[in-house]
Amino acid sequence: MIVNEQVAVDHGLKKDEYKKICDLLKRIPNITELGIFSAMWNEHCSYKSSRFHLKNLPTEGKNVIQGPGENAGVIDIGDDDAIVFKIESHNHPSFIEPYQGAATGVGGIMRDVFTMGARPIANLNSIHFGSPQHKKTKNLLRGVVRGIGGYGNCMGVPTIAGQTSFDESYNGNILVNAMTLGLVKKNKIFYSKAAGLGKPVIYVGSKTGRDGIHGASMASAVFDDKIEEKKPTVQVGDPFSEKLLLEACLELMSGDSIIAIQDMGAAGLTSSSIEMASKGNLGIEINLNKVPCREANMTPYEIMLSESQERMLIVLEKGKEEIAQKIFDKWNLDFAVIGKTNKSKKIELYFNEEKVANIPVNTLVENSPMYERKWRKAKLPKKIKIKKEQFKNLKIITVLNKILSNPNVCSKEWIWQQYDHTVMGDTIQKPGGDSGVVRIHGTDKAVAASVDSSAVYCWAHPLSGGKQIVCESWRNLISVGAQPIAITNCLNFGSPENEENMGEFVECVQGLGEASLFLNFPVVSGNVSFYNQTKDIGIKPTPVIGGVGLIKNYRNMVTMDLKESDNLLLVIGKTEGHLDQSLFARDILNEKNGPPPEINLFNEKNNGETILRLIDKKYIRSAHDISLGGIITALSKMCIKGKKGATLKKPKHLISQFEYLFGEDQGRYIIEIDKNNFKNVATILEENSVHFDELGTIGENDLIIDDKSKVSIDDLIKSHTTWLTNYMSK
Amino acid sequence: MNSSVITFPGSNCDRDMDVALKKFGFKNKMVWHEDIELPKSDLVVLPGGFSYGDYLRCGSVASKSKIMKSVTNFAKGGGKVMGVCNGFQILVESGLLPGVLLRNKYLEFICKNIFVKVIDKNSPYFKNIKKDTLELHIAHNEGNYFCTKEQIKEINDNNQVALVYSDKNGSVDDANNPNGSMKNIAGILNKEKNVLGMMPHPERMIDPTLSGEDGSIFFNNLINNLK
Repeated sequence: MIVNEQVAVDHGLKKDEYKKICDLLKRIPNITELGIFSAMWNEHCSYKSSRFHLKNLPTEGKNVIQGPGENAGVIDIGDDDAIVFKIESHNHPSFIEPYQGAATGVGGIMRDVFTMGARPIANLNSIHFGSPQHKKTKNLLRGVVRGIGGYGNCMGVPTIAGQTSFDESYNGNILVNAMTLGLVKKNKIFYSKAAGLGKPVIYVGSKTGRDGIHGASMASAVFDDKIEEKKPTVQVGDPFSEKLLLEACLELMSGDSIIAIQDMGAAGLTSSSIEMASKGNLGIEINLNKVPCREANMTPYEIMLSESQERMLIVLEKGKEEIAQKIFDKWNLDFAVIGKTNKSKKIELYFNEEKVANIPVNTLVENSPMYERKWRKAKLPKKIKIKKEQFKNLKIITVLNKILSNPNVCSKEWIWQQYDHTVMGDTIQKPGGDSGVVRIHGTDKAVAASVDSSAVYCWAHPLSGGKQIVCESWRNLISVGAQPIAITNCLNFGSPENEENMGEFVECVQGLGEASLFLNFPVVSGNVSFYNQTKDIGIKPTPVIGGVGLIKNYRNMVTMDLKESDNLLLVIGKTEGHLDQSLFARDILNEKNGPPPEINLFNEKNNGETILRLIDKKYIRSAHDISLGGIITALSKMCIKGKKGATLKKPKHLISQFEYLFGEDQGRYIIEIDKNNFKNVATILEENSVHFDELGTIGENDLIIDDKSKVSIDDLIKSHTTWLTNYMSK
Repeated sequence: MNSSVITFPGSNCDRDMDVALKKFGFKNKMVWHEDIELPKSDLVVLPGGFSYGDYLRCGSVASKSKIMKSVTNFAKGGGKVMGVCNGFQILVESGLLPGVLLRNKYLEFICKNIFVKVIDKNSPYFKNIKKDTLELHIAHNEGNYFCTKEQIKEINDNNQVALVYSDKNGSVDDANNPNGSMKNIAGILNKEKNVLGMMPHPERMIDPTLSGEDGSIFFNNLINNLK
C-alpha cells in the first residue's frame, strides 16, 4: 500500500502531523511505520492535548515512590510495603460492546499493576450511564456490570468499592473507569526502563490476533452514526489467561531475571517496545516472524497494532531465558525471544528477512505533537434566589423518599452483589460504605480506597468542581479512619478541539491540582480520555478521582452504620444551606442553574484532620461524609445501614428547613459519639477551631425530623433499595 | 492433621483455604494439578476459583487433570475430600458426587452472606457441630444444584444432603434460595460420607472483623472430628 496524506488522515493523523512525520524521517513512511506513528501519536497514547496542563499537577510527597510516567503510581505504606495503583478508562469500547469493553478495561488496569511486580488486592470502578429512560441504558448497565464481574471474579481479586451514576449527557457515550490496587515489597518494584545492550526481548502471554487493531485510535475519535462498524476494534478478554499470566509473572519476578517489563495495553507491541526503548535510551530490534500469532498470514502492520489482551514484553538478563521459559511453560503460556536491545536508538522491525520498519525512537516519543489548545474560561454562575414559596407544597418525608430512591443515590447492591468482594479474605469494608477497605494480608494495616466524581458540579463550574472531587475523595477516606495518601485520576472529557470542552478540562485540572496540593494528596498516576461525545455533544466534564489511604491498625476502622441508641450525632463543618446544583434543586425543584457549593480548602483539611484525631482517641462510633442530598440523606443512609432511628434537634440556623436538610455545603461529616464523651469531643473540636452542630440523638425504629415529619427506617430501606432492582428486572 | 489443597490453573481461593486450614491447626501442603501423587493427607481440599477458566463447563477440564486420578483413588479408599464452590463443581464433574451445578436462576453472579441449615450431623464434617444454622458466604455464577429424580431419591434415602439454604432460624423456603438449587441444596455428601461438596465458602468466615465466625466453627469442629 502506498502511503500518502490521505492514508495518514484515514489513520486519524492531521495533515500537518503527517508532514511532521515525513520531515522527521526525511522520507515517506511505509504503511507499517505509518501505523506505528498513528498509534503513538493519537490522543490516547501521546496525551498531546493534555500534557501541557497535566505537568502542573502536584505529583510529589513524602510517601510517593513513583509518580506519573510509569505503568502505575506507587506509594509507601511503611514496613517495606508499597501500594501500586492506577485508574484507567475504557469508555469507547464499553459503549460499542459493553461486556468485552468493561472486562478488558478491568484486565488492562490489573496488568498495569502487576507489571510493576504487585499482586492486585482490590479493584474499584466508576461507571456512568445515560438517563435510565434511554433505550440503551439498561443493556449497557447489565453488560458492563457482567463484564467487570466476569473479569475481576475470575482473577480472584475483590471489587471493594465503586460509583455508578446516570445522566442524560452519557446517553451516547458511557464511561467505564476501572481502578486496581496492588501490593508489593518496596525493593521488588519493576519498571519499564530497558537497560543494557544485546539483552533478549521476550514476548509472553496470549497469542497475537487481529482483535483490537487501532483500538487506541478509536478511543481518540468522536462517535458518529457508524459506531457499530467499530466493533472489531474492541478487544476480547480472557481472564483465565490473565490469571495465568499474573501468577507466571509474579513467579518470574521473585527471582532476578527481569531488567524491564511492560504490558501490551493500548497500541500493543508498538507502545510497549517503544516505551521500554525510550526510557532506556536505546534501540530495540524485533523479528516479527517470532511473534506467536493466533491467525495465519498476519502482516507486520497487524502484528504491531493488534491489541490482543493478556500479553507482556520483557527485557531479560542474558542467560536467564531457560529459567523464564520453564515458568511460562508451567503456566501454559506462550514464550518467545523476539528480539534484542541495541544501541541504535531505533525501533527496527524485521519480517521474512526484510527490514519493515526503521524509526528513531525519539521521533515517536519526545517529538510527538503537543498542543496548547484554545480554551474558554467558565464564569461562575450567578446564585439562584430560590423563592421560599417553592418549598410550601413540599413535604419533607416525601422529598426524602424521592431522593433516597433517586438513581444517583439509591443502593447499588444489585451491582456489587455481582462482584466477588470477599475473595482473598481481607475485605474489611465491603461496597456500600464511604470507602472499600482491605487488610494488608497477615498484618494489622489496611488500605482504604474510594472513587468519586461530581460531573454536575464540574459542569456548573469546572474550577470548583475539580477541587470538590479531590475533597470528596479525601472525606471518604477520612470517614473510615484512613490517613489519605495519594490519588489517581481519570479525566473524562469531550473534544479538546472544542474550546468549551477544553476549558472544562483545563479548569478542572487546575482545581484538582490546587486541592491536591493543599491537602498534600498528590496525583501519582492517571489517564485522560477525550472525545467522549457523540457528534457535537460532549458529556458533562467527569474527572474521576481514585483516592488511597492507610489505616495503621485495621481494628480502628470506622463504618457508617449507626451503632447505639442514645448516642449523640454531631455535624462537623458549617451548614449554610447551599442549594444551587444540589440534588434537591435539580431533581425536586427542577432548577438546573447556579453555582456549585464553594470549597474552603483550609476547612476541608482542618475538619478532616480533626476527625482523624477523634478516631485516634476512639471517640467516633460511626461516621459518614455529607455529600449528594445533604445532611438528611447522609443520616438516612447511616440509619439504613445500622437499622437504627434518630431524632433531630431543632436547628439553630436561620435558614429554611429545606436548606438545612438538603443543602450540599462541603467539608462536612456526621459523627456518632457517646454522650459521656461530648465534653471531651467538643473541647478537641473547639481547640482546633472546627465548627460543629448538634444534629440529634440515635433512637430505635424511626427517623424523627420534627413534630410533623417522621418516617420508619423500614420505609427508608424500601425507598433506598428498590429502585435499581426493579429497574433491572423490568 | 495433614491437609492438601490442590491448585489448578485458575484456582483463586487456594490461598484463602490454605490460610484457613493452617489457622485451625492443619499442616497444609499446596499440591500442583500436574503432580501425580498426593502427599500424605487426612483431608484433601479442592478450592474455589475458575479452574481452566471454567471453559467447556465449570470444573469439567479440572476433573480430568492428572492429580484427580490420585484424588479419586484417595476418596474411593475412604479418604476425606472436600470441594468448595469450584471444588464442588469439580467433584460432580469427576463423578465423586451426584448431580450437576447449573447457572444461577437469575443468571447473575451472586456474592453475599447466606444462611445454611445443617442437615447432616453424622459425617466427619458436621458431627458434633454446635450450631444448627451457619452464616456463610457464597460467590458463584453456577451454584444451582440439579439432579435426576432417581438421584434425588437416592440422595435422600442415604441422607446425603449436608447443607440447605435457609433463613437464620433454619426455615427452608424459596425466599431463602439464592440460586434456584433443587430442594435448596447447598452441599451434599457421597454415599459413604467421606466426600463433601458445598457452594458456600467457610474459609471466608473465619474472622470476626471480616464477616463473622461461623466458618471458624466449621473448621474447629472438622479438625476435632478428624483427630
